[in-house]
Amino acid sequence: MNRLSQLALSDEGFVFDPQTGDSFQVSETGMAVLRALKEGRSDEETAQQLVADFEVSLEEARRDCTDFRGQLKNFGLA
Amino acid sequence: MKRPYEKPVINKLRSGLMNKFGWSPAYARKVRTAIDGVSVDELCGQFGSPLFVYSERTARRTYRQMFNAFSTRYPNVEFGWSYKTNYLQAICALMHQEGSIAEVVSAMEYDKARLLGIPGEKIIFNGPHKPMAALEKAVVEGAVVNVDNLDEIVDLETVAKKLNRTVHVGMRLNLDAGIYPQWSRFGFNLESGQALDAAKRIARGGRLKLNGLHCHIGTFIMDPQAYAREITKMVKFGYELREAFGFEMESYDIGGGFPSKSRLKGVYLPPEVAIPGIDEFAEAITHAFSEALKPGDFPKLIIESGRAVIDEAGYLITSIVAAKRLADGTRAYVADGGVNLLFTAFWYKFNVELDREVGGINETSVIYGPLCMNIDAIDEGIQLPPLKRGTRLIFSPVGAYNNTQWLQFIEYRPNVVLVTESGEVEIIREAEDITDIQRRERLPKHLELKNGK
Repeated sequence: MNRLSQLALSDEGFVFDPQTGDSFQVSETGMAVLRALKEGRSDEETAQQLVADFEVSLEEARRDCTDFRGQLKNFGLA
Repeated sequence: MKRPYEKPVINKLRSGLMNKFGWSPAYARKVRTAIDGVSVDELCGQFGSPLFVYSERTARRTYRQMFNAFSTRYPNVEFGWSYKTNYLQAICALMHQEGSIAEVVSAMEYDKARLLGIPGEKIIFNGPHKPMAALEKAVVEGAVVNVDNLDEIVDLETVAKKLNRTVHVGMRLNLDAGIYPQWSRFGFNLESGQALDAAKRIARGGRLKLNGLHCHIGTFIMDPQAYAREITKMVKFGYELREAFGFEMESYDIGGGFPSKSRLKGVYLPPEVAIPGIDEFAEAITHAFSEALKPGDFPKLIIESGRAVIDEAGYLITSIVAAKRLADGTRAYVADGGVNLLFTAFWYKFNVELDREVGGINETSVIYGPLCMNIDAIDEGIQLPPLKRGTRLIFSPVGAYNNTQWLQFIEYRPNVVLVTESGEVEIIREAEDITDIQRRERLPKHLELKNGK
């Protein structure tokens, strides 16, 4: 079961994990990455989406997607 | 239209626990784009990163505030610039221009003061190690020598005999000023009678004359009354010496140890709240001094403050060279300057400012320096928004003890600049290169490598 698909996301930047009951606060870009990953997009596609929506280089977006995945892993969400 | 970018961050909310630091308090983020009107960008563009920056305006203003605090309360005050705190020539010269004499604690510091043009009679020579040659030079040149131990008394008597004259000396005391730890390794202990025995020994020798008392009760002292107790005991002892041996005390040197507006690790309150102002120290000291002195006596009151005078004038600009996550998920940054440049990071939690506005949720972060050692952490547990490579962190106050205790370990030491009162930027110490590291080394002939072998 994809843990990410279970998460409830709100537009205000809150995430609820029904499996553990934990809540999270996520930045705007974090939410964009989370939604993309939840939809099953690859890191590369997610980075390109960030570049399309935000003022960021592809290089920085790629790096930050990798880091964000690390954060999710640390919280047991990925 | 594209939106401004903040790095993606996710933080766990901990319900039931007090979250006193908040997630993203913009007010808690400090931004500094310039030092004394010179932009951080311009400074780093011209002089590189990391970069020590001193503010001449702050240094002079702090000195004057401090000197005025004492001299408006007692008529005979002299400041001795504590070389060990910062012996960059420009900083010492600035302090001497303000009227300070030199306070040195080693032969090397004595040479520095002399090389700067300070005459011997304007130097106070303290410290536990005064080699014979340095001692003789100091006596010949008229420096104030404060005796640390019995062996030094013997050395000074030898010098006096050689010069065939009586030599005036001061005596370093250690005493109980009601604070912990009590510094007892320097000088002669007062309460145990050791100081009186040393005075007896000096009187019996007949070649030295005591004319001053010196003491330094510790460092970063936050209780003004500790100094009041110190000076009261010193003056009482001075009168005992006059009574017993006819030694007249011309000066009382209470040392330094006044705190700067830095934050000691483990102190919860900010320095603006926790640390008494210099006027409180001056009031306590001069009040106790005047109370202890007999009518008509106005011996010189010497203050050897270092940290409280120069700390706030110093900044270190560093740049983030890498961002990473530790195994437990903690955000970590690698800066191009660490404990190699900020030795005082071991006991201070510095004020950390960013060179730009950065959006995003604050995360508990660690700032590491460039050393390949685990101890090289400048701040563990700081709340920072996600920073990208190249963001500059400005640490302050760092003017005290860092440019004297910095390490040369594996890195070159960077440029040090002074922003003058007129807003110009002067290099006061050039960045090192490989020639500085190799200059004193010698490679024996048989170890010379040919083609790398």
